[in-house]
Amino acid sequence: MEIKENLKYSRDHEWVKIEGDKVYIGITDYAQDSLGDVVFVELPEVGDTFDAGDDFAVVESVKAASDIYTPVSGTVVEINEELENMPEMVNEAPYESWFIALEIDDPSELDSLMDWEEYQKFCEEEEA
Amino acid sequence: MKKTPLYDTHVAAGAKLIDFGGWMMPVQYTSIIDEHMAVRERAGIFDVSHMGEILIEGRDAESFLQKILTNDISKTQKGRIVYSPICYPDGGVVDDVLVYKLHQERFLVVANAANIDKDYEWFLAHKEGEVDVKDVSEEYAQLAVQGPNAEQILNNLIDFDFGRIKFFRFADDIVIDGAEMLISRTGYTGEDGFEIYISPEHVVRLWHSIMDIGKDYGIMPAGLGARDTLRFEAALPLYGHEISKDISPLEGGLEKFVKFDKENFIGKDALVSQMERGIERRLVGFEMLDRGIAREGYEVLSDDILIGYVTSGSYSPSLGKNLGIALIKTDADIKDGELEIVVRKRRLKAKIVKLPFYTKQYRK
Repeated sequence: MEIKENLKYSRDHEWVKIEGDKVYIGITDYAQDSLGDVVFVELPEVGDTFDAGDDFAVVESVKAASDIYTPVSGTVVEINEELENMPEMVNEAPYESWFIALEIDDPSELDSLMDWEEYQKFCEEEEA
Repeated sequence: MKKTPLYDTHVAAGAKLIDFGGWMMPVQYTSIIDEHMAVRERAGIFDVSHMGEILIEGRDAESFLQKILTNDISKTQKGRIVYSPICYPDGGVVDDVLVYKLHQERFLVVANAANIDKDYEWFLAHKEGEVDVKDVSEEYAQLAVQGPNAEQILNNLIDFDFGRIKFFRFADDIVIDGAEMLISRTGYTGEDGFEIYISPEHVVRLWHSIMDIGKDYGIMPAGLGARDTLRFEAALPLYGHEISKDISPLEGGLEKFVKFDKENFIGKDALVSQMERGIERRLVGFEMLDRGIAREGYEVLSDDILIGYVTSGSYSPSLGKNLGIALIKTDADIKDGELEIVVRKRRLKAKIVKLPFYTKQYRK
């Protein structure tokens, strides 16, 4: 299971890449592996706003639909339209397959995220 | 949670296991899509040991089954198999089963895992005459070897020509490595293939033998995920989806397996009256035109009017489309085959297409 050192992680298995007051959000290798073959991704629109904990996208595997939650509040400033045509990218390159970029409202919300070592331990506990 | 004898084999192979009707079963080993395509193009092996087996024996075994089943087994010869729904008096479905005629007075009924206890109770409650009903599920493990290469793989396993077992027939005198087994040309994938009934103590060794020989034929272990997408493309009904206690076999498109010329069977009156009144609902296949995947239970609209709901829906690995099966009102007014499916509160366009989505590749 791949975990990137330069990213932050949520308890719902999203990764967050911080670039100033903008963050990119995707799902982790662990998440894509437990979902199985991703065949459809539904994204929000630029300008949509979300509170931390809201579901902002839907990922459908062959078997089922799963909501994806944002760990931080903010406004969508970019969406990765490539995923709409190539949803399998989520399986093949989870850390390159960002879903959205959010302009965040409150940088202090980032403090609740895990660093890579904490996330690794978290995944090990989930497995057990 | 119940485990099949192959549980450790699945774990060692890296399978993802899920609770399926009280059984820990592999849903996938590597990828549902890869496993699905292996079965369509080469071969797949499934552990279906969770299926139930009920033995019906005695002088009145046949007449008892004639009363229970909607299909007719009176002309069935030994060595042949009949598919049949079992109905409640109101025409709802108790289960759909395969009936293997072992001898003149002995039949093996193969039932859905989640329905075994219910079926067994149903049989006991309606038992008549000289007939013995036994749940023998514990005595059988079951493997399904499916796909265009299935026959060749089995032919290489022992000195026996599996071409001799025709569609919906079986041989029950096959011995491999000292283990007796019953092998039928049946399956639940829309491909040619075989199902093997063997005692639990021998099934692990057989699995490995088939995997060893199957390697050269591109075999992959396949889980319940692929089993479902395969049967879905071939529009084979799944109990609880296309048929259920609330969906009659006539609504579920199984009229071919309901024999009204039989003197009597449980559910006959209700089904006759459905026919006379006109069947109120029917199954249709549809393809999503808008982006999205229809799932079981989603509402189906035509002209803003609710006309039914989705019974099964999935991405189709063979066809690369998002497809679904819906149970809709027969008298619904549908223009140009256009439907709307309500996906997470949004109405997405779909169009009716012919069932099955995938033409069954049976060798008859």
